[in-house]
Amino acid sequence: MAKILGAIGTSHVPAIGVAVDRGIEDTPYWKDLFSAYVPVREWINENKPDIAVLFYNDHGLEMFLDKKPTFSIGCADEYQNADEGWGIKPIPPLTGETDLSWHIVNHLIENDFDPTVCQDIKVDHGATVPMSVLYPGHQYRGTKVIPIAINCERHPMPKPSRSYAFGQAIGDAIRSWDSDQTVVVLGTGGLSHQLDGERAGFLNTEFDQMCMDKLVTDPESLTHYTNDQLTEIAGAQGVELAMWLAMRGACSGPVEELVNVLIAPISNTAAGVQLLVPKD
Amino acid sequence: MIEPIIEGTYKFDGKAAKLGYNLNKMCFSFNQEQCREEFRQDEAAYCDKFKLNPAQKEAILKRDIIALLRNGGSIYYLAKFAGTLGLTVQDVGGIMTGQTTEEFQAYLDSQGVGKTNG
Repeated sequence: MAKILGAIGTSHVPAIGVAVDRGIEDTPYWKDLFSAYVPVREWINENKPDIAVLFYNDHGLEMFLDKKPTFSIGCADEYQNADEGWGIKPIPPLTGETDLSWHIVNHLIENDFDPTVCQDIKVDHGATVPMSVLYPGHQYRGTKVIPIAINCERHPMPKPSRSYAFGQAIGDAIRSWDSDQTVVVLGTGGLSHQLDGERAGFLNTEFDQMCMDKLVTDPESLTHYTNDQLTEIAGAQGVELAMWLAMRGACSGPVEELVNVLIAPISNTAAGVQLLVPKD
Repeated sequence: MIEPIIEGTYKFDGKAAKLGYNLNKMCFSFNQEQCREEFRQDEAAYCDKFKLNPAQKEAILKRDIIALLRNGGSIYYLAKFAGTLGLTVQDVGGIMTGQTTEEFQAYLDSQGVGKTNG
């Protein structure tokens, strides 16, 4: 059966992709954040997961309000990205893994989750920034990716408890896939931030650090928040905690924490970097 | 009009999504350079093409981001409007909070953690 080797939590804020493009990772603003990725990249190089199951949210590249899935899963051989309107450079396409995608879809629907199935979908910075930062020089062509999107834009959106349970069901699906391939689960986005309104710029790093710690020891305690509570406590876009909860749901059971770093501000956000591996 | 759910925070829900649909659809078009260019050539005509209501059109022409939020704008698409104008998210943060970009950046920095270098 397929094996989950670990889980990585990471920001996907576009400025990180721009910093990679410009080669300014060593400048004072960026140095601490990129230093945090060094042990994560080393872990990837040592363990070489075959597949990255990547939780992200689309920010209006592929999914407009006309048809907006609550949960969706990529089932394509390849995922392109494109101009998002404000200057992020496209990166080489991601390679898919359709056998596992369909296995996850079948398992989810049998277990009462009903995602939108996407056989042709572009992915935005929510997926490309994590791949750029985890695989320097875009050296991810040997890693297959399954992008799984959670609506974090228009309310109503999945409750945190539901995103966690969604991740749990996906973890069960991966572990029941008849394959010897290995998987890393990526939770992207967050952490606290608010882009819009007169409260723009609000961060809550104390809450973020508590969330990162609880993701290790007691993730279920984080599932009791409502999205309105997360908005108040962690900013309007703090609801992106959903992807971290899905990640931890998928990488369930006791875990050992190898990396836990929180840096702020990164653009208008607090950026978390976390690496968790299952305790066997 | 969309009222804040907590101070300075507008919830983008069904009511806002309905009110702002045409505005957001216009801003969604800014994913494409040819649309950004068409907007720059004649901003008012481009707003009319997407059937923005008068309040939305006025807010676009005045770069009044708060008014756009109050008229159903979603920050995901308004970010593409900002990109079309060459503004960063810190510039937009400054506009919405009545600060310069530098003041807004300083506010972010005042909440900083984990940086030893700057």
